[in-house]
Amino acid sequence: MTSLNAKDKDTVRAFWDKVSNYGEDIGRDALCRMLAVYPQTKTYFAHWKDQSPTSESAKKHGITVMGGVADAVTKIDDLSRGLLGLSELHAFTLRVDPSNFKILAHNIMVVMAIMFPVDFTPEVHVAMDKFLAALARALAEKYR
Amino acid sequence: MVAWSEQERSIIANLFSNLDYEDVGAKALTRCLIVYPWTQRYFGGFGNLYNAEAIKMNPNIAAHGVKILHGLDRALKNMDNIKETYAELSVLHSEKLHVDPDNFKLLSDVLTIVIAAKLGTDFTPEVQATFQKFLAVVVSALGKQYQ
Repeated sequence: MTSLNAKDKDTVRAFWDKVSNYGEDIGRDALCRMLAVYPQTKTYFAHWKDQSPTSESAKKHGITVMGGVADAVTKIDDLSRGLLGLSELHAFTLRVDPSNFKILAHNIMVVMAIMFPVDFTPEVHVAMDKFLAALARALAEKYR
Repeated sequence: MVAWSEQERSIIANLFSNLDYEDVGAKALTRCLIVYPWTQRYFGGFGNLYNAEAIKMNPNIAAHGVKILHGLDRALKNMDNIKETYAELSVLHSEKLHVDPDNFKLLSDVLTIVIAAKLGTDFTPEVQATFQKFLAVVVSALGKQYQ
C-alpha cells in the first residue's frame, strides 16, 4: 500500500482540527462498536471485570486509544519514529493481531461519519483511511 | 443457512423500508470509487472518472450505485435463503463481470459508512452489528460460485 502524500497529511490535519475536541467521544463510541460488532476482539480484554461494550473499562480504553491516534496526527510526518514506544508495546507486550487494527479503524470512521456527516467527505474518508492504515503499519512494525 | 433473530429481521426490514435508494446508492458507489480507486477498473465505459469531483457528478455511476443497492432487495426478501438467491448473480459477477470478490467487502464497508452518516445516532452499535452481518452474508453468497 502507498504512503501518505502532502495532500493526505493536510486533509487529515485539517479534519482533526475540526474534530479533536470530540476525541474522547469518538474513542468511546468506536471502542464500544468494535466490541459489539466484532465480539472476537473481546479476547484481548479478558482481564476486565466487565467486557461489555458500554462498561467503564471499555469507555476508558476508548479514550486511551483515541489519545494515541491524536498523538499520531502530530507525528504524521514520521509515524515509525514518532510511535516507537507504542510500536514496541504492541509487539512485545500486547501482541494484538494486526487484523484488529483494521477493525478498529473501520469503527473509528463509522463514528466519524455519524458525528460529522457533512465534513467526513469521500476525500476526507480516503485520507483518514490511508492515515489509519499507516498508523497500523507503524504499530505492527516490530512484530517480526 | 444463517440464523436470524426476530430482532435482527426487524432491524433489517426497518432499515430498508426507510432507505433512500437514490441518495444512498449513488453516494455508496461514488465513495467506493474515490476511497478505493482501483475499483474504477470495472467502470471503464462509464465516462469521466478523472477525479473525485468528476466521479461525484457522473450520472452513470450514480445510476449504477442505485442498481447495486436494489440488488440487496433480493436478500431482504429471502433472508433464509440468501446463498441460493445470489447463485445467479455470483456467476454473473465471476464469469461475465470478472469482479474480484474482495471488492464486495470494500463496497460493503463504504455502504456501512454512508448509512451511518445518513442515520446518525439511530445507527446504534446493535443496528451496525445486524447490518454488517446482513452484508457479510450477501458478500459471502456473491463469492460462492467463483471457480
